[in-house]
Amino acid sequence: MSRLLRNAAVMLLMMTVITGIAYPLVVTGLAQVLFPSQANGSLIEKDGKPIGSTLIGQSFTDPKYFWGRPSATTPQAYNGINSNGSNLGPTNPALTEAVKQRIDALRAADPGNTAPVPVDLVTASGSGLDPEISPAAAAYQVSRVAKARGLSVAQVQAMVSMATSGRQFGLLGEPRVNVLKLNLALDGH
Amino acid sequence: MTTYDFFQVVLYLAVLLVLVKPVGSYMALVFADTPNRVTRLGGGVERLLYRLAGVRADEQMGWRRYAIAMLVFNMAGMLAVYALQRLQQWLPLNPQHFGAVTPDSAINTAISFITNTNWQGYGGESTMSYLTQMMGLAVQNFLSAATGMAVLVAVVRGFTRRSADSIGNFWVDMTRGTLYVLVPFSLVMALLLTSQGVVQNFKSYVDVPVAQVTRMTETVKDAAGNPLKDAAGNDVTQESKVTTQTLPMGPAASQIAIKQLGTNGGGFFNANSAHPYENPTPFSNFIEMLAIFLIPGGLCYTFGSMVGDRRQGWAILATMLLIFVPLAYCAIGAEQGGNPALHGLAVDQTASALQAGGNMEGKETRFGIAASGLFATITTAASCGAVNAMHDSLTPLGGLVPMWLIQLGEVVFGGVGSGLYGMLAFAVVAVFIAGLMVGRTPEYLGKKIEAHEMKMASLAVLVPCALVVICTAIAVISPAGVAGVSNPGAHGFSEVLYAVSSASNNNGSAFGGLSANTPFWNVLLAVCMYWSRFLLAIAMLAMAGSLAAKRHVPPSAGTLPTHTPLFITLLACVVIVVGALTFLPALALGPIAEYLMSAH
Repeated sequence: MSRLLRNAAVMLLMMTVITGIAYPLVVTGLAQVLFPSQANGSLIEKDGKPIGSTLIGQSFTDPKYFWGRPSATTPQAYNGINSNGSNLGPTNPALTEAVKQRIDALRAADPGNTAPVPVDLVTASGSGLDPEISPAAAAYQVSRVAKARGLSVAQVQAMVSMATSGRQFGLLGEPRVNVLKLNLALDGH
Repeated sequence: MTTYDFFQVVLYLAVLLVLVKPVGSYMALVFADTPNRVTRLGGGVERLLYRLAGVRADEQMGWRRYAIAMLVFNMAGMLAVYALQRLQQWLPLNPQHFGAVTPDSAINTAISFITNTNWQGYGGESTMSYLTQMMGLAVQNFLSAATGMAVLVAVVRGFTRRSADSIGNFWVDMTRGTLYVLVPFSLVMALLLTSQGVVQNFKSYVDVPVAQVTRMTETVKDAAGNPLKDAAGNDVTQESKVTTQTLPMGPAASQIAIKQLGTNGGGFFNANSAHPYENPTPFSNFIEMLAIFLIPGGLCYTFGSMVGDRRQGWAILATMLLIFVPLAYCAIGAEQGGNPALHGLAVDQTASALQAGGNMEGKETRFGIAASGLFATITTAASCGAVNAMHDSLTPLGGLVPMWLIQLGEVVFGGVGSGLYGMLAFAVVAVFIAGLMVGRTPEYLGKKIEAHEMKMASLAVLVPCALVVICTAIAVISPAGVAGVSNPGAHGFSEVLYAVSSASNNNGSAFGGLSANTPFWNVLLAVCMYWSRFLLAIAMLAMAGSLAAKRHVPPSAGTLPTHTPLFITLLACVVIVVGALTFLPALALGPIAEYLMSAH
């Protein structure tokens, strides 16, 4: 029995050293050398200071900005240290109510636009930090942003195209528009 | 379903099938009884480990000693994870100064990680120090997967050894699985993930100024953390400006790699693989999905190779695919169909070149419907439990598929090792049923299946089923159980059923609306995870012990061949019939009722 306990204790200790210390340290070392920007959060920097991450969305509610996915994080939307979805079930009346309010908010910010709203613009993302919206959701907002900024639709459209990526390798995932990149570009960063 | 939806699944299956043979034959060398070019490569490290730990590598264990070594090793791991969580405030690598985890949550998490379940009642980025994540949770990601593989090869040896009293050496099997399979595979995977944007560092969290200052409303709390009330009894709230965003950091890639490869599923961040730092691109998503099935799929080939008839391995793999593929398309189709509750509103849920459409609540834009629906079926067919979309927000049928895949006993690929030994229990039941039809003593892989084997196989099949049904009943009649439910109606029952199914089959995913970080849920689910994992493993080792002692029976004209389409169909039917008969009544109260209510 005592041999068995020694086997178990020492094995656990050794395996902890290998998989819990050596392995993450080796990965960190290699990652920092091979992919330093990605390993440190894909930060967007201005004057040497981080002003956001291309991978983490931010909250936008002003008509002059493109709005991202609704975020269910608490206490504020796009809370980076409390990632979460709404976990509302499909038949929950609270979900329908939330979607209604989001449609109303979008329409209030853009009177006269009566097109149906692309679904990703009125449903909360899984992480609450989704950095992207669908090209349809961007197209829905182009005229509003152009009006609020006194730009032509074509100018805004061009900036949307620059922030758009297609399916990866032509097949994987979905085409999408990075909201923070787009808004920073609009602000002239 | 769109063409892109269809082909993303086809591409996934094609790449998986190409990898099965190389990965499977490599693992056959790793677990071979005789030294070979793979085991010689790390022989020095292995011998050093055995010498330090006092392990006699050439010692052969009977099933009881094997099982005891496995249990003692896992108990030691449980104590270590528990201690790390309770003491983390005094230990290094805790830049956010997180306090000790509560005892009930800590014991739940410890059991969750040693049983390869990785159910998470806590939020990673707001609870666990880097040290706890690395030296506690990530280590058990490796060791629970290695334990699963060890038990599997021991079970397979029961079939291959003749008139033997031993089934291998637990320490050697566990060490080899870790050193030769999990660590190198994870290293490659972690670097691929980092290249896509998964973070890997030891920095403290980064504060950035936000582009647009927004406002938030917070409830005011007193010193004890209870919300303050005004004279009318409403919560007192205060408005404040949000001027910064805090970006979480940490050694995530190394942990996410093993979380996927070891079918663990415990996220580094709360949102798991939906979090952009945990799964940043469609390609990272693809390799995360591939990693889940890679080892369970490869082990089918390893199994065929070990029993000296590769067709046996392919037959098991074919059975798994026969169940998996239709269900994957069902889930994707249901999600692409969208949410009927939004039909009356000015919302466009139609798929087009510009949007994925469908039910996007709880999903990420970059994954859309296909990559989310496929991930949901993969993670529940295997006992991974990582999620890239919130399962609680899936449509009724889109949520039924993952839940039922879990309830099938996690044998459709299943956990690393445990999925295949679970499927072998079903195979034994299948040959027994076939034997009853023709009135012969059944055989499987040249071994007679008799009363003892049948008892053990039945135990392995029925223990998780019984735990699900009994513990769901306990939860729904306990006020403390129902208190955690967040969605009304049938969906609320689905939350409970899903949680208990997930724990009792060591999956770990959740309908996340359930507030399960309470003493009641932490204890109930810990009991489910523990008994399901270890009773099943012990039953299968006991079966292996008795099989190993038997003589080989050469196949005769009356032997049912177990590599034919007939057997594949029979085996799939046994799995489905057991799963359907046991759970249809419960499913009717949850997702099926919800579907009927929403489809009016």
